[in-house]
Amino acid sequence: MLATARKYRKSGKSPVDEIEEILERIRTDTHNAFITVDEQGALESARQAEKLIESSDDPLIGVPIAVKDNICTKDIRTTCASNILTGFTPTYDATVVEKLKRRGAVILGKTNLDEFAMGSTTTTSNIGPSLNPWDPGRTPGGSSGGSAAAVALNLCAGALGSDTGGSIRMPASFCGITGLKPTYGSVSRYGLVAFASSLDQIGPMTSSARDAALLFDAVKGHDPLDSTSVPQEYLPTDLDGLDLDGMRIGVPDDFFAEGLNPEVEQAVRFGISILENLGAKVRRIRLPHIRYGVAVYYIIATAEASSNLARYDGVRYGSRAPHAEDLVEMYLETRSKGFGAEVKRRIMLGTYVLSAGYYEAYYKKASEVRSLIASDFDEAFAECDLIAGPASPVTAFGLGEMADNPLSIYLLDIYTIPANLAGLPALSIPCGFDTEGLPVGMQLMAPCFREDLLLGAGISFQDHTKFHQVKP
Amino acid sequence: MKITDSQVLHVAGLARLKLDSSEVERFQRELNSILAYMEMLSEVDTADAAPLHHTFPMTNVFRPDAAKESQDISDALGNAPQHEDGFIVVPKVIE
Repeated sequence: MLATARKYRKSGKSPVDEIEEILERIRTDTHNAFITVDEQGALESARQAEKLIESSDDPLIGVPIAVKDNICTKDIRTTCASNILTGFTPTYDATVVEKLKRRGAVILGKTNLDEFAMGSTTTTSNIGPSLNPWDPGRTPGGSSGGSAAAVALNLCAGALGSDTGGSIRMPASFCGITGLKPTYGSVSRYGLVAFASSLDQIGPMTSSARDAALLFDAVKGHDPLDSTSVPQEYLPTDLDGLDLDGMRIGVPDDFFAEGLNPEVEQAVRFGISILENLGAKVRRIRLPHIRYGVAVYYIIATAEASSNLARYDGVRYGSRAPHAEDLVEMYLETRSKGFGAEVKRRIMLGTYVLSAGYYEAYYKKASEVRSLIASDFDEAFAECDLIAGPASPVTAFGLGEMADNPLSIYLLDIYTIPANLAGLPALSIPCGFDTEGLPVGMQLMAPCFREDLLLGAGISFQDHTKFHQVKP
Repeated sequence: MKITDSQVLHVAGLARLKLDSSEVERFQRELNSILAYMEMLSEVDTADAAPLHHTFPMTNVFRPDAAKESQDISDALGNAPQHEDGFIVVPKVIE
């Protein structure tokens, strides 16, 4: 994003030329990163940017942004990669989109995702999977796989994703880009199609931590239209980075346990040693309840999803099964034809854990363990400023691998889920490659509303490393 | 806890999903495997843990009770699969 701004300001490049070039790249690209490209709207914004750029020094003017297709865009269809939203075109912009437009950014279009953001591979999309820019036979990760691939392929300057259990950070790590899951409540969810309302958060996916800071600053802030948006002062991020001298970084033993690929471990430990060389004090910590995170998450997230997705009934918007004799048959036919297998599986699981006789054993128990996980972090942050570990236990794997074993895919979220459960901000930045040349992501986590620490550390790390500059 | 095929059908009914027999068989198998994994939660002592439903428990977030412009009805109805005279049309509910 800053590179694009520099092109306009320093080299005098025209935003219209820049956007035309990027649209041409999108047209010829074969990674299935986009669901919808708004060529006319993007060119119109570029023309406006050409005028605006003379009178304002806002670095966002004319900068091409891609938006995950579960974020509402006025007059651009929003599909959530689901057949059930066929024919749905929002009549309003999500707050994040409105903020970007007001700053003069160019909205290019909508990126591919797992259906309703439920998945870790972008393969449950109704238009088929996005492909990993480093190897088209592999998944880009998910659910924000289209946004991650678009950034890595330079099909946009930056992108918005959403993260409920790792959907920004995991694809960021698989595609070698930077991804931030902000503190719950710091970015408005107004206009984000709800999956699990107590966990969902929109965040930036970019080619550097500096760009992530720029995009985060552009979309964050209190929004009266989102009742979970936290009213407080939001200060701009310092783009100069952070002096890491004396910063206390906790490395949880629990993040380097069974199931972690040794090559990922090696790259992440190397990344941590770089932070140490920059002056950070690294110490081992324990997060004893983290191992229950996946079980807690797939109870709470599916429970919330089963309730949120009850609205897709064929009545007010989206697709409707024809020829139903009565209302209940219309609901049944519409939902059974409209939802894909993974969404149905999660609705079934969520309905089951909330149903009479099981609520106490599952949902209530999970909510109690969730508070123990949050307490683990409270205790950890009493003795360290940041926590570092892997973003994912593996690097990008083959498309369709594990497709018939949903639990094995759920377990890939083991390192990302805790931040969502506790509401914490977390960042994934590239920290190396495995022996097949696939990128590895290091995850940094901070206390709530301390994105300044995360992004500052990320900027300083990237000022001393080149992992984020390596292109597929 | 083992989930039976009749429970799968019951839950599907609650969720307004119609499953064919292969889906019933598959969801039964998959849900059982996932629920078996979740059994690990029973080993956690939560006697002193209050449930956490939200990171920042904010209650009663109100806006002023004032009339404001709202969305145009024809815009809002533009997404409805079937509408007539400003109303959404659905199959007959009452005989």
